Amino acid sequence: MAKTAVSSRRALARYLLLRLVLIVPTVWILVTVVFFFMRVIGDPITAAQGGRLPAAEIEARKQAAGYNDPVIVQYGRFLWGLLHGDFGRTVDNQSVSAILVRYGPATMELVFWALIVAFAVGVPLGRLAARHYNKGADIAIRSFAVLFYAAPVFFVALLLKLVFSIWLGWLPISGRASPKVQTQLESVGFNTHFYIINALGTGQWGVIKDVLLHAVLPGLALGLLTAGVFIRLIRINLLQTLRADFVTAARARGVAESKVVSQHAFRNALIPVVTVMGMEIAMMLGGAILTETTFEWQGLGYWLSQYLLKRDFVAVQGITTAIAVVVAVASFLIDAINALVDPRVRY
Amino acid sequence: MARSKSRIPGVALIASTHGLQRVMLLVGLVLVAVFLVVALGAPLVAPYGFAEIFPAQLPMSPGHPLGTTVGGFDVLSRIVFGARTAVEVILLAVALSIIVGVPLGVVSGYVAGALDRVLVLIMDAMYAFPSLLLAIVVSIMVSQGRSGAFTGILSAAVAITVVFVPQFFRVTRNATMAAKVEPYVDAARVAGSRPGRIMFGHILPNVSQSIPVLMTLNASESILTLAGLGFLGFGIEPNSAAEWGYDLNKARADIANGIWWTAVFPGLAIVLIVVGVTLIGESLNDVLNPLLRTRGGATTADEAEIAAVVAAGGEDRP
Repeated sequence: MAKTAVSSRRALARYLLLRLVLIVPTVWILVTVVFFFMRVIGDPITAAQGGRLPAAEIEARKQAAGYNDPVIVQYGRFLWGLLHGDFGRTVDNQSVSAILVRYGPATMELVFWALIVAFAVGVPLGRLAARHYNKGADIAIRSFAVLFYAAPVFFVALLLKLVFSIWLGWLPISGRASPKVQTQLESVGFNTHFYIINALGTGQWGVIKDVLLHAVLPGLALGLLTAGVFIRLIRINLLQTLRADFVTAARARGVAESKVVSQHAFRNALIPVVTVMGMEIAMMLGGAILTETTFEWQGLGYWLSQYLLKRDFVAVQGITTAIAVVVAVASFLIDAINALVDPRVRY
Repeated sequence: MARSKSRIPGVALIASTHGLQRVMLLVGLVLVAVFLVVALGAPLVAPYGFAEIFPAQLPMSPGHPLGTTVGGFDVLSRIVFGARTAVEVILLAVALSIIVGVPLGVVSGYVAGALDRVLVLIMDAMYAFPSLLLAIVVSIMVSQGRSGAFTGILSAAVAITVVFVPQFFRVTRNATMAAKVEPYVDAARVAGSRPGRIMFGHILPNVSQSIPVLMTLNASESILTLAGLGFLGFGIEPNSAAEWGYDLNKARADIANGIWWTAVFPGLAIVLIVVGVTLIGESLNDVLNPLLRTRGGATTADEAEIAAVVAAGGEDRP
């Protein structure tokens, strides 16, 4: 008995270690794919400055930046830099690492608000749908879930802006804060670049309120998209657990139906939501590019699409690498939590 | 469950559903049928050409039932021709994904070993990455910044393909792994068939059942990806073809001025068609997917859905 416990703990440790090591090839594959895809188009300097500078000047800059070396040499140099935490410099000579530090928190903040919306909307609605299985509420909620899924996040964002900012005038139309508040938040002594943390740090209610109001619509747009997925997952899993033997047993013992749902079935139905969180975070980062562009929310997604339009490949590679690392680490953490929490996970 | 003997796929599909499921399927079929008719007959349906210029930002009127855009395009005509672009991109993208993903999946599942492990690692890495980002990078690479009618549609389709290949790969690979231990494969091997013939003559026809389901599920995602590309400015030039995402991008400034018709109508077009395709996809998934047939045989759509989630959850676990 004790022996099996030890060996299963070893198996768990081995699984987690393997899973951790797998992060490296995953990130490496993505970084490599993006690097070579971008190189097919040409070098960043010609792409960004072509036609605006004389050919000799472009040639000199290319030479200086090392773009005339063989691609494989450039690739090696790029990887070597990454290993040392050097993400390179953009065409307008900014450090990509600095861009990541400055705008990464904005994206995390947006995903955070969106997750709050997704849980607040998705979990209760999914639960309600399962309890009223195949009745009016269920059908209405399922239709909503399909609509949330079918509506492009930027269209939802535009509609929210139209209704709440233009017609009703309740909420700000774009940005992370009003210009004045933004200046104040960017000049605080210890700048975390998380506006809500900086705002809480000032302790002024007006500032906090301004930041919160700006977050409502972007959070809703991105959050509702994810809420649709949560509704479906919770509903289906709750239906499934409500048919499990242990739930029937609880009912047979005379446990009230509301208690059966809340205490016996619901907790088990939450597990699959955790399982898919890794995928959800990847999906939300994709959605963040669109949401940030719509709301001019200056995070990594917004800047990524700006740099893509400017064909600044060094910046694109850097931001993509950062996103790849976040996705890989997040999915590792989710898998690890699952393996630790759910004994049914076999490794 | 008594299954219809009809060989016409649509009829059999409708016959095997009931209640709410049938309503959802029918709604989906109607939406998609309207979409296809509009796409095919675009020049007849649209009042004007998609690149014809009128005074900008006209409100809705008999001459322009849905108004005009900031660029002076007729909104209704752009929506109608946008359906045509969407159909072209979806067909091309799904075809390319199948051509690349399915053979790779069969070979990977059948040959197994190191090749399989490497391919699975690459596909998983691509699958885990934000799909829109991958699509943007690929579309820039293919179009090289120039987006004519054909290159624009091709680059959007290839971009979407890169996102979907891992899915087709994964499904066919897993099905091949399961199929290759079946007696008929052993029989073929004993009879002296070459691996190529076993893979594509014997296994492929048997693992291809799940492809239609994945196709419909992917069709709705390709519409969203195409629109996302257009919205971010990596899509098709407005004079080459009408594209809903591009129109929504241009409508952003209109919203600030309270001009709502340039954004709401193309957006609704996307929502309606994605809802239609999704409804069909889910019904197909419930009815056709062999994974969903439970032991008793008598399945309701919801029991099947539950079985699907269990199967999917089980498959993802290491």
